[in-house]
Amino acid sequence: MQTHKAKRVAIIIEQVMQTRLTDAMSKAGVTGWSVLPVLGGSGKSGEWSREGQVTRAGGMVQVICVVRADLMDPLLDAAFSVVERHIGIVTVGDVEVLRAERF
Amino acid sequence: MDQILSLAATNLLSPIILSFALGVAASLARSDLNIPEAVAKGMSIYLLFAIGFKGGVSVADHGIDGTLAASLLAGIVLSAVLPLIAFALLQVMGNLSRLDAAAVAAHYGSISIVTFVAATSVLSSSGIASEGYMVAVAAAMEAPAILSALWLISRGGDSRRMDPDLMREIMLNGSIVLLVGSFAIGWITGAEGLSKIEAFIVSPFQGVLCLFLLDMGLVAGRGLRGGSSVLKPGVLAFGMVMPVVGASMGLATGLLLGLSTGGVALFMVLSASASYIAVPAAMRVALPEANPSIYLTLSLGVTFPFNLTLGIPIYVSIASALTGG
Repeated sequence: MQTHKAKRVAIIIEQVMQTRLTDAMSKAGVTGWSVLPVLGGSGKSGEWSREGQVTRAGGMVQVICVVRADLMDPLLDAAFSVVERHIGIVTVGDVEVLRAERF
Repeated sequence: MDQILSLAATNLLSPIILSFALGVAASLARSDLNIPEAVAKGMSIYLLFAIGFKGGVSVADHGIDGTLAASLLAGIVLSAVLPLIAFALLQVMGNLSRLDAAAVAAHYGSISIVTFVAATSVLSSSGIASEGYMVAVAAAMEAPAILSALWLISRGGDSRRMDPDLMREIMLNGSIVLLVGSFAIGWITGAEGLSKIEAFIVSPFQGVLCLFLLDMGLVAGRGLRGGSSVLKPGVLAFGMVMPVVGASMGLATGLLLGLSTGGVALFMVLSASASYIAVPAAMRVALPEANPSIYLTLSLGVTFPFNLTLGIPIYVSIASALTGG
């Protein structure tokens, strides 16, 4: 089957920043993304868990999108403007998609 | 003094406090006892709706007078001023950075709605009436403290741009919308409206509050377990001194406004409590460099249990003694 090259960007960010990030992505021309809850993890500040959080301040989410390579620069600029001062991890990977016209 | 001790003993042995204690103990003992997130969220929606609705009905029954506007204004001023006092106290008691001190201070100007709900429950069990509009005062006291904290930071030469969406998010956060909205519904529908849903929002209230405080105990215990190492003795002491300072200011304000015994006690509780829902989220957006372990552990693990167990009975007793209630 014919496949097409694309980029997959995964951004783990604090839940309170989710809308700010997706708004910035939208302005950068990204038309689709998925948001996944992060159950817990461990990092520079030690271990944390989503369990028993009474405030959105303690939660993290992962925002995933698949885009054409030419959208990468505006997308990363937009993502960096949001995550710069916040906890967050931005990763980029090469992927293959079946329907290039969707991205 | 006897009255304070008696009310404190009654309060400590009430189902709601014992439920909270069970949660703390279970969490510290690393039990797997857990309230599902969706259930906890559902209970908090129920409690906010019930307390807002009953406040609105009370205003519909007794009418409003000039003290409503004065109380709202006083609440806003208190919320804005308390962080300045908390910040100054932290400079003396704690050895925190300016950023951490400002973030902690914001929590102590804002309020804990769960502490407020628990206090109304104690008042109602003791047969002490309060002004129904104190619910609206609680809502008004949520946000000004955040602006004060940002002002404190800007005074230190750190000119941060206010996030344009932050104020909207604070003013329209779910708790405030639900509290003010149910207050308005209660006010509009009055006693007749209450009679239609009384079986739902009055009788089960104490039981739901018990389960909710069990969950809060679990959360507070987890916070203490994980965050106790970040609190130095001075900061820990601040978590118990600041509520007393806040309550004293609330007492003076309530007395100046001429509120009832219950109204004065609730003003003390609101001024003594520290936010752990709305303000932490706002601080993560506005001051992300501030350490959340400090402000969350302090407000949820130290000040919340202090107010719930010792603070509320003391505040109610003092308000009763000084208003002759």
